[in-house]
Amino acid sequence: MLNHKKIKELQLMANKIRQTIIEMLILAGAGHLAGPLGMADIFTALYFQVLKHDPKNPSWPKRDRLILSNGHICPVRYAAMYHAGYDITKDELKTFRKIGSRLEGHPNYLRMPALETSSGPLGEGLSEACGFAIAAKLDKKDEDYHIWCLTSDGEHDEGMTWEAVMLAAKYKLDNLTVIIDRNYIQIDGNTENVMPLDPLAEKYKSFNWNVLETDGHDFREIIDRLEESKANKGMPTVIIAHTTPGKGISFMENDYRWHGVPPGLGPEDKVPRPKQAEEALKELKAIEQKILNS
Amino acid sequence: MDYKLVKNYLDEKAIKWSPMREGAGLGMAELGEEKKDMVMLGADTIESCRAHYFAEKFPERTIEVGVAEQNMIGVAAGLAYSGKVPYAVTYAPFLIGRAWEPIRTTIAYPNNHVILVSSHAGIATGSDGPTHQMTEDIALTRCLPNFTVICPCDYEQAKKAVKAAYDLKGPIYIRNAREATPVFTTPETPFEVGKAQVLREGKDLTAIGHGYMVYWLLQIAEELSAKGGSASGGKDSIDIEVINMHTVKPLDGETLLASVKKTGRVFTAEDHNIIGGLGSAVAEFLGENHPVPMKMHGVMDTFAESGSVKDLWMKYKLDKEGTKQKLLEFLNV
Repeated sequence: MLNHKKIKELQLMANKIRQTIIEMLILAGAGHLAGPLGMADIFTALYFQVLKHDPKNPSWPKRDRLILSNGHICPVRYAAMYHAGYDITKDELKTFRKIGSRLEGHPNYLRMPALETSSGPLGEGLSEACGFAIAAKLDKKDEDYHIWCLTSDGEHDEGMTWEAVMLAAKYKLDNLTVIIDRNYIQIDGNTENVMPLDPLAEKYKSFNWNVLETDGHDFREIIDRLEESKANKGMPTVIIAHTTPGKGISFMENDYRWHGVPPGLGPEDKVPRPKQAEEALKELKAIEQKILNS
Repeated sequence: MDYKLVKNYLDEKAIKWSPMREGAGLGMAELGEEKKDMVMLGADTIESCRAHYFAEKFPERTIEVGVAEQNMIGVAAGLAYSGKVPYAVTYAPFLIGRAWEPIRTTIAYPNNHVILVSSHAGIATGSDGPTHQMTEDIALTRCLPNFTVICPCDYEQAKKAVKAAYDLKGPIYIRNAREATPVFTTPETPFEVGKAQVLREGKDLTAIGHGYMVYWLLQIAEELSAKGGSASGGKDSIDIEVINMHTVKPLDGETLLASVKKTGRVFTAEDHNIIGGLGSAVAEFLGENHPVPMKMHGVMDTFAESGSVKDLWMKYKLDKEGTKQKLLEFLNV
């Protein structure tokens, strides 16, 4: 059980990561915002508590493999890796989406092998994660490391996702945990309007998966579920993480219009564009103070 | 160069006919003995693609994904990222067509060493009809960065190609026809990826093909050389150089250039749409380096139809006679 001090540390780290995301997107003048902010707590739980990894040795054979299927939320991964001590400098963060940068708009494995895969086109990461999991089993290394695959709810519109869901159950890939960012938004609107996905848990259960759910912003619950999934045997596990898109910034939360725009280019009905970046950072700093005082 | 072809190979009734897919399947099974990191993925067509020879020997290294080609590619990519050498096998239209974007993103872009092995390439697929006759696969793979595209000329070469692909890097496509075609090369015939084979030397015309079309070109070259009496160099005889361009990408420009500098004109023949295939690759290269009169023969930007392979060959002029007719038209004979 995590103590109060540890929880507080994780909350502060997630807050820092959110601030870094905002700063990166301001400089890039483009990028996705709602998803990365919503997934900051999950990424913090992974990189700062659950993941077996060595930031100084990213090709360590026994490292857990983290496959990011919805590549567009990569700012949260870059920010988490930066804070975790991977070979990324503060200056390099400022090159996000700029020519020559390793930090491309969607993950480029060849420029940064620590990302494990290149990704972006939706619905493909789970297939790749199955390949990683099968390789580990063929090599009898499935006890050495775990495969984590992060996906979005929107990419469950892709038929390829369900092809992989069937395959993972067929091959009993219990060394694989899929985490779904269930934030109910996609580019064109609410997921249930664009393409209804509920009941999602029942869908996975009927495909013979072990199904867990968590509040995507409660560290105790997130970490418990992640650990529980690792211990599960005989079938793959999915964790449906209920997250708030745009989490931490009041005028962005739960508003699908913030899916793919940086601060300064978002909807103006609450905060005018020239003030969006400043307001967002101000709100995050206020939350930081609140955590420090807790 | 002595290519150690089958004795009397020009007599099509005397030599063996066997499908390239059979050669590819047996090649994979032989390779699997030696290469323990080789994994085979099938999409409900394992036996039809002759990959069952591998599957029966190595069930633990066989992954049956069902009718799910996109997933097959993604899983293959995950295996390659993990250090395995995956061979993904199914019919060309589904392997290359259905799964093209996953091929682009998960295999070509990260330069993963995945070998795609098809059957059912070209109209030589037969009575299944145009849905199953893949005539755009070279175009679709050739345009992807990092890709190597190999179109074996027969059963023996298909066997060699699947083995040679293991030692290459990056993504590779090996294109195989379903139907039995003449086997005119032997186990002793040399094969090097990216190195075209000048199977017959000549001075009047460069004829380039891949797949079974190479065999027709060899027969045509022989017939036309003898027509007016080759010994005397009678005025109707024509001395054709025949090149087996088994690797369409990277194209062996050096061999091509040396040949057309000698002959001054080029004829390409392939069981693929004339748009985007070998003919296009040759035209792109010669257009920049050494423009010469050229004729591209192939599937004339159309979908074919159901029919026996022999009837399809005849109607779409991809048999020896049809190809010869096109070649003579080009020569204005």
